[in-house]
Amino acid sequence: MSIQVQNIQKRFGSFVALDNVSLDFPSGELVALLGPSGCGKTTLLRIIAGLEQADAGTVLLDGEDASSTHVRERQVGFVFQHYALFKHMTVFDNVAFGMRMKPRNVRPNETQIKKKVHDLLNLVQLDWLADRFPAQLSGGQRQRIALARALAVEPRVLLLDEPFGALDAKVRKELRRWLRKLHDELHITSIFVTHDQEEALEVADRIVLMDHGKVEQVGTPEEVYGHPATPFVYGFLGSVNLFHGRVEDSAVWVGEDAVPHHNTAIAQGSEVYAFARPHELEIVTDPNRTDGIKARVNRVLTFGVSSRVELDGVNGATGQHFEVELSQPQVQALALVAGQIVRLLPSRLKLFERSEAGLGVKR
Amino acid sequence: MSTATWVTESTRFERNIATSESAWVKWSIIGIAVSFFTLFLLMPLLAVFVEALRKGVGVYFASLVDADALHSIQLTLIAAAIAVPLNLVFGVAAAWAIAKFDFRGKQLLITLIDLPFSVSPVIVGLCYVLVFGANGWFGAWLIEHDLKVIFALPGIVLASIFVTFPFVARELIPLMQAQGREEEEAAIVLGANGWQTFWHVTLPNIKWGLLYGVILCNARAMGEFGAVSVVSGKIRGQTNTMPLHVEILYNEYQFAAAFAVASLLALLALVTLVIKTWVEHRVEQAMKQSTEGASS
Repeated sequence: MSIQVQNIQKRFGSFVALDNVSLDFPSGELVALLGPSGCGKTTLLRIIAGLEQADAGTVLLDGEDASSTHVRERQVGFVFQHYALFKHMTVFDNVAFGMRMKPRNVRPNETQIKKKVHDLLNLVQLDWLADRFPAQLSGGQRQRIALARALAVEPRVLLLDEPFGALDAKVRKELRRWLRKLHDELHITSIFVTHDQEEALEVADRIVLMDHGKVEQVGTPEEVYGHPATPFVYGFLGSVNLFHGRVEDSAVWVGEDAVPHHNTAIAQGSEVYAFARPHELEIVTDPNRTDGIKARVNRVLTFGVSSRVELDGVNGATGQHFEVELSQPQVQALALVAGQIVRLLPSRLKLFERSEAGLGVKR
Repeated sequence: MSTATWVTESTRFERNIATSESAWVKWSIIGIAVSFFTLFLLMPLLAVFVEALRKGVGVYFASLVDADALHSIQLTLIAAAIAVPLNLVFGVAAAWAIAKFDFRGKQLLITLIDLPFSVSPVIVGLCYVLVFGANGWFGAWLIEHDLKVIFALPGIVLASIFVTFPFVARELIPLMQAQGREEEEAAIVLGANGWQTFWHVTLPNIKWGLLYGVILCNARAMGEFGAVSVVSGKIRGQTNTMPLHVEILYNEYQFAAAFAVASLLALLALVTLVIKTWVEHRVEQAMKQSTEGASS
């Protein structure tokens, strides 16, 4: 089933949770709503489910306005961050709940229910836990049971609110791979909310990036990562180095230092934010070079195959911190020592004009 | 759940030399507490039973099966049997509204629920007399329709309801607030209607707290004196509840009989305490289970 939201507005007192949000979720896709906490992603999910009422705007389920449809008739499956399993019921009864609550004339009989529950428990690979209570399960198991419970009513869409948010890093990784696999089997339209960019990039078909109640960018993981539309998106998807500069000739000037760039779309003399990812910076130790941005080596961290060099800006970038990712041989060849002055040369630089990029970039 | 030998926080501190007090401090504090407890709680309770049996077991049972005594017991049970279920329903409804919904005047409702705790029961009785009494606001209308509220069972029930109103709601509000709305939301999304959600999800989660509230409510309803004494008129064999009957007997110097009926009330209180302790234990276990559930 496809979902569309049109011009959704939602305020909580003076706080604007959603500011004129319109989105299209095509049938069968797994979409991530990604953004920092307080960006409105969970509110949007709850409005689609019907658990929250929008101040203005419409939700279309399969092209039909769902505004007057009660939550229980929307046929959505909802998975909560803290599982919301019924504590006093066994795993079996939890999963059977949705079927048992159906009106008598459409309710399946107990044998059918039993079969369905065991099918679902097999699907989430936890059939052996049917007689346990939620308190006896691990976090990851609980969330899989919650998912089985949501699927029991054969929902037309699956909404997941930070489904892995309460789990530890290892279980999280495991579960998101598992969720992706499950989605490939079921092809049910799914939306999941997360603040973890890695999770979104790894699991979703498409990512909707949100900030301050607004949609910043919509696209496939490759699109949003490779071609971020706004400074926010650039900053939110992975580590970044930020330079405040001015465009003159074919260079970006950061104080007295210049780095070359070839973006002709930006007018001469305009103030810009220039972004480079840690792996897109090169460290130059040759004292005779005059290009690149001066920086002082702070420390070198090595773990695994790659090393991270932390630097402090000098000259025009005083007070700023930079991060460069290099391979271990590269670091050894450079023989960096703390306090050394080096120059940073970006192999790739993404520019945003300052006027359009008024918002602060958190990082 | 850990099955290892479970040591409470306080025992752990007590066993540790570094965190325990010196012996004389410990024992003098315990001594003060025990003597206070004996003097003000244990001795009066013992006195009730000793006085009741002073003239022998025969007199004791004779005063319990006396017609007036039996009637007062019956009346007390009937009044409680009406007041407690009504307060159960009101209390659950009020707690549900307060804990799970946001609305205008919520704070006012919370304050109103506490009102019976802050108003003297005698004043409450007087208010009922002023409203429903022969010369009260509805007095003429009630007489016209041959309805008796004051100096009759309805008055006693009304007074009991008022006085015991907060017990159930007060017990449930913090419990329901702590539990949040998530399970209910999950139930609704799964297609349950309001009643199904309440019956299958909300009620099982609050049952121990509810039982605890009901026990306290019942104990207070049976023991209420002030408000009931004003509205009942203390007509012997007609509108006397157990506490009122005790007072009348005592005033008539029938000490053994008075203490015999009082011992029944005391026994009731003791039974209530035992049930209450058991329920508290269950609540604690349920809470422990649910916090473990939420934390991992």
